[in-house]
Amino acid sequence: MSQVIKNFEGMGIAVRGNDIDTDRIIPARFMKCVTFAGLGEFAFNDERVDEEGHKKNHPFDDSRWSGHPVLVGNANFGCGSSREHAPQALKDYGIKAVIAESFAEIFAGNCSSLGIPAVILHHKDAMELQALIESAPDTAIRIDLESMTVSTSDKSWNASMPESYRQALLDGSWDSTGVLASRMDAVERVARSLPYV
Amino acid sequence: MAGKNLLEKVWERHKVGTLPSGQDQLFIGLHLIHEVTSPQAFGMLKERKLGVKYPLRTYATSDHIIPTDDRSRPFADPLAEKMLQALEENTSEYGITFFGIESGKQGVVHVVGPEQGLTQPGMTIACGDSHTATHGAFGAIAFGVGTSQVRDILATQTMAIAKPKVRRITVNGRLPEGVGAKDLILAIIGELGVNGGLGYAYEYGGEAVESLSMEERMTLCNMSIEGGARVGYVNPDKVTYEWLKGRPYVKDYESMIAFGEEMKSDADAAYDDEYVMDASKLSPMVTWGINPGQVVSVDGVLPETESLPEDERETAARAYEYMGFKPGETMLGKKIDVVFIGSCTNGRLTDLREAAETAKGHSVAAGVVALVVPGSQEVAKAAEAEGLDKIFTQAGFQWRKAGCSMCLAMNPDKLQGRQLSASTSNRNFIGRQGSPTGRTLLVSPKMAAAAAIAGKIVDIRNNGGIR
Ligand code: SF4
Repeated sequence: MSQVIKNFEGMGIAVRGNDIDTDRIIPARFMKCVTFAGLGEFAFNDERVDEEGHKKNHPFDDSRWSGHPVLVGNANFGCGSSREHAPQALKDYGIKAVIAESFAEIFAGNCSSLGIPAVILHHKDAMELQALIESAPDTAIRIDLESMTVSTSDKSWNASMPESYRQALLDGSWDSTGVLASRMDAVERVARSLPYV
Repeated sequence: MAGKNLLEKVWERHKVGTLPSGQDQLFIGLHLIHEVTSPQAFGMLKERKLGVKYPLRTYATSDHIIPTDDRSRPFADPLAEKMLQALEENTSEYGITFFGIESGKQGVVHVVGPEQGLTQPGMTIACGDSHTATHGAFGAIAFGVGTSQVRDILATQTMAIAKPKVRRITVNGRLPEGVGAKDLILAIIGELGVNGGLGYAYEYGGEAVESLSMEERMTLCNMSIEGGARVGYVNPDKVTYEWLKGRPYVKDYESMIAFGEEMKSDADAAYDDEYVMDASKLSPMVTWGINPGQVVSVDGVLPETESLPEDERETAARAYEYMGFKPGETMLGKKIDVVFIGSCTNGRLTDLREAAETAKGHSVAAGVVALVVPGSQEVAKAAEAEGLDKIFTQAGFQWRKAGCSMCLAMNPDKLQGRQLSASTSNRNFIGRQGSPTGRTLLVSPKMAAAAAIAGKIVDIRNNGGIR
């Protein structure tokens, strides 16, 4: 069984923009590796440094927000390539939870299997939260998966996420291998019933 | 009572049970792996002291990092060499069939699976690659997965997944001359949006789809994910079965057909959503922005940012800034620097034939670098047998060896600086083709070949274009 995750609290980092694809989260050239270790250094690399190696003032490098564990994005976050390198790079950087207006499906699934809550807020609530993070970087953000809310000390928003991902975090079954492997008899029955196996 | 669609039937046959999370445990009939998303999965297996449960249901090839010119080992890039070695070691340790360079069957995983006959109707297919829906062209339910799921499938041949809803996309009429499957899928993505398919599988049907060849159906299904749909499929029919006949891994042809016929959608199947469009009105399409939904017909006008739905405006503004284009312009006449013909979208024999037909007897425009990269070694062999390689090289195209190449530029084939490329691949994301400032226009193989000759985007219809 993996760890039960019911809530998470930490400071935020706003990454603005719709359709932030996984090529931007981790450019393909950094995927030349046989382990995920150390990918965090290259998270959003091409948004952080230009071709001459100068820093571009990305929130991941700005001391006001860098290292904060709650990433807040906008619509269709994590679209494109299925690469798990993307959430792995965020995780390695120190991101523990992601909030956005919507997530690409594979990305949300990948987050779930790493125990990273990927929580959805309405457009205007996500914008409000981003603005808050930008004006008051030290704001603590609390994600409560039982009540499905995102809150700060003086505000609370209704959040959502696919029920199956929520349950998997709440009951600690997000690391799926163990659960799947406990039902091998049933797996073999299905395999035998298929004409092509 | 309404009948069932293919997804529902395939799901029922492959569902092992419902997990405590509410997701289903789904049996995966065919698992395909490659060098980029598998080494970490094998690493996790080892850490947990798990083995591979059904090694005969996983097949491997090498495509993403492989050089397309000099392939002598060790590769010039030590990281690429290390990744290939890891795959060689893992597949040999666990008894998994590996289509390496020596096998003569190596290529892009979504080209190799079908051409070997591994991909069959009614199967569930998974691969650590988002374009796995390609295999849906055969009436399989195929989806891209992350590395943790690659691990799960290796360990148990199953994965945890929620059943998607199904949207039926009916395309009536016939595609006009000069308009192909690539234009059709770009138009669908343009219409329904890059996240319009979230939570859905797309079932493509209707006269225009049924009259497509297998290769074209693969192009169509391939880009489902670019519309947000993780799964896309076409119901199996005669075209499907004919194409698979005699392929190496089709062992029992009759039973394969019987299963396909059993799994295909009932005539009165119900769907969660339906969308109808008319093929006869379509034009060759060109993307202008930084996602595949930012697309216009070749003679169409680039949209004013304010005319777009509110949630698309910000990305559109970013796209105009990045691409250096302006609302009101057309894509016709845009000068290009590079042409890339290949990938799992358009790297098959018929794609190369179409490009060769357009290029034949012409020369690549001065200053344009044009690459033709066959999708697999088998495609390369067949193309060479028809003399396509000669047509390309005589016209000034480079004829490369099989791999993903400049589709994602993990190998040495990359754009430089702000170069503008007309590409037959599937993603025009910022930095996708290897240069953080490089720019991509997604087009069909004919349009790409014509652009190489003209040195700019041209309209291939009505003897427009290059002739
Ligand atoms: S050709 Fe491109 S999209 Fe297809 S598998 Fe290779 S990298 Fe992915």
